[in-house]
Amino acid sequence: MTEVTELSRPAGEALDTKEVLLNLGPQHPSTHGVLRLVLELDGEYVARVDPHIGYLHRGTEKLAESFTYTQIFPLTDRLDYLCPPSNNLAFALAVEKLLGIEAPIRAQYIRVLMAELARISGHLLITGALPMDLGAMTALVYAMREREMIMDLLEMISGARMHTSFCRVGGVREDLPDGFFPKIREFCDIFPNRIRDYERLVENNRVFLKRTQGIGVISAEDGIDLGLSGPNLRASGVDWDIRRDEPYEIYDRLAFNVITRDEGDCYARWRCRVEEMRESVRIIEQCLDQMPEGPFQIDMPTIAFPVNKDKVHCSMEALIQHFDLSAYGFKVPKGEVYSAIEAPKGELGFYIISDGSQKPFRMKVRAPSFVNLQGLFGVSNARYLADMIAVLGSFDPVMAEVDK
Amino acid sequence: MSVETSLIRTLIAEHFGGEIEELGFSHGVHAFASPPDMIVELCQFLKGHPTLRFDFLSDICGVDHYPETLRYEAVYHLYSLPNKWRVRIKCRLGDPPRVPSVTGVWRTANWHEREAWDMYGIRFEGHPDLRRIYMWEGFEGFPQRKDFPLRGYKDTLNPFGAEGPPPTQPDLATKDIP
Repeated sequence: MTEVTELSRPAGEALDTKEVLLNLGPQHPSTHGVLRLVLELDGEYVARVDPHIGYLHRGTEKLAESFTYTQIFPLTDRLDYLCPPSNNLAFALAVEKLLGIEAPIRAQYIRVLMAELARISGHLLITGALPMDLGAMTALVYAMREREMIMDLLEMISGARMHTSFCRVGGVREDLPDGFFPKIREFCDIFPNRIRDYERLVENNRVFLKRTQGIGVISAEDGIDLGLSGPNLRASGVDWDIRRDEPYEIYDRLAFNVITRDEGDCYARWRCRVEEMRESVRIIEQCLDQMPEGPFQIDMPTIAFPVNKDKVHCSMEALIQHFDLSAYGFKVPKGEVYSAIEAPKGELGFYIISDGSQKPFRMKVRAPSFVNLQGLFGVSNARYLADMIAVLGSFDPVMAEVDK
Repeated sequence: MSVETSLIRTLIAEHFGGEIEELGFSHGVHAFASPPDMIVELCQFLKGHPTLRFDFLSDICGVDHYPETLRYEAVYHLYSLPNKWRVRIKCRLGDPPRVPSVTGVWRTANWHEREAWDMYGIRFEGHPDLRRIYMWEGFEGFPQRKDFPLRGYKDTLNPFGAEGPPPTQPDLATKDIP
């Protein structure tokens, strides 16, 4: 018998009914990827839920053991493919901690800027996708319009729209391009009004409110017990944000609010994400104001490729170092590190054990979506099958990250 | 050595004596080593202690130290939401690896332990539902073990896999998964 959770059933049920097993997915538009939910239905009520995952399992952790540290960046892109810069940042931070180095300040600003752009892009999708799951198509179309602007900005920085792979250990790959600042300022000016548009499209939609308010409530204790993190936990009233509580990079220089809601229902989780986008715009604007001039990469030829290659062309030692770095990668001292950041979906942690070679001995990804999906077991009052769709959408799982 | 490390160490030493070994503080995490049979008690203590309050289980991670004698390891990462401290508990396991489940302490341990079972074959005793989570039912072997080839074993569906006998796992032969 499979482990499943009893969901509550309406009181006074007297009819004799037969329980039906129903497969939701793996190919179903509202499962946000390839997720299969085996639902045990009692009439129209969901009695139990048993998620089956692994349809997208690529063995990222096993693969990483045979890759050098620089080669792993593209793998991290493909975890939460809506916000690759956050994943790159989390991995780079973990390796930098092991090496005992820090990226230059300008690089840190660029990374944070990109991570916040990615947060907006990730939240935009769910802002539109949750109403779409519930039958309101319009918001998604508008959200995609703004997401296109972010894609253009990321393309301008890195040349890629989705899998940017822009972070490097000890900095970023390149400096920001010419003409980037006016573009992103324009985005920051336009975007807050656009957020207002999505809210107006949805927050007075009675169908949407009926289907999300008071549905899928998770208490703070249950949320912590089930390991939820990020907006999913903050929607239950837990005031925890790693950006503020364990500041990494330059987050301690930035002013932003941590958005919490008390209701813990689907609407609160959606609302939290919408408000977080406003805070992200604030963070981006501060980054633009504060960003200093300077190097974008650490000056250590054994770890990062030199920006100026003149030396490589006329010094034997520099040439050997350059060759060594390109052919074999850099060595990371023996040790282990767990480093977590506040990714758009929650706590994204990298646990790396290094044996002193160029490849990690073990890399474990603490993927927030994987853990958040267990929130399905904590939902106390999703009774109808249709509520399940709202609950699943409101957790915002990205299956590529769930399945690693 | 920070104040909190000595505090955590003192409190653990007071309660457990010398059974929990301290591994020091590095990169923001306090590390301890625990024998497998103490793990549930230690987790309950860390979670329930009024000062420590490690109420959030971040992660459970399986590790394979092939070919060492104590080959496997379960690594627990705990976080204290009120104190903002992190703790790592390392638990070395023999072969076949067995460790009591902490699903009774945190419900979130459920899927983490299923993942470690699926990838490393670490058997979490007392787990309510220890099934494979990523690989399909009927898959043989534990793919993230160091002696499992990266491309898998050669068969009709996998022409690029490694030559060699299909893995026969003695602890899989007994189907009575706890």
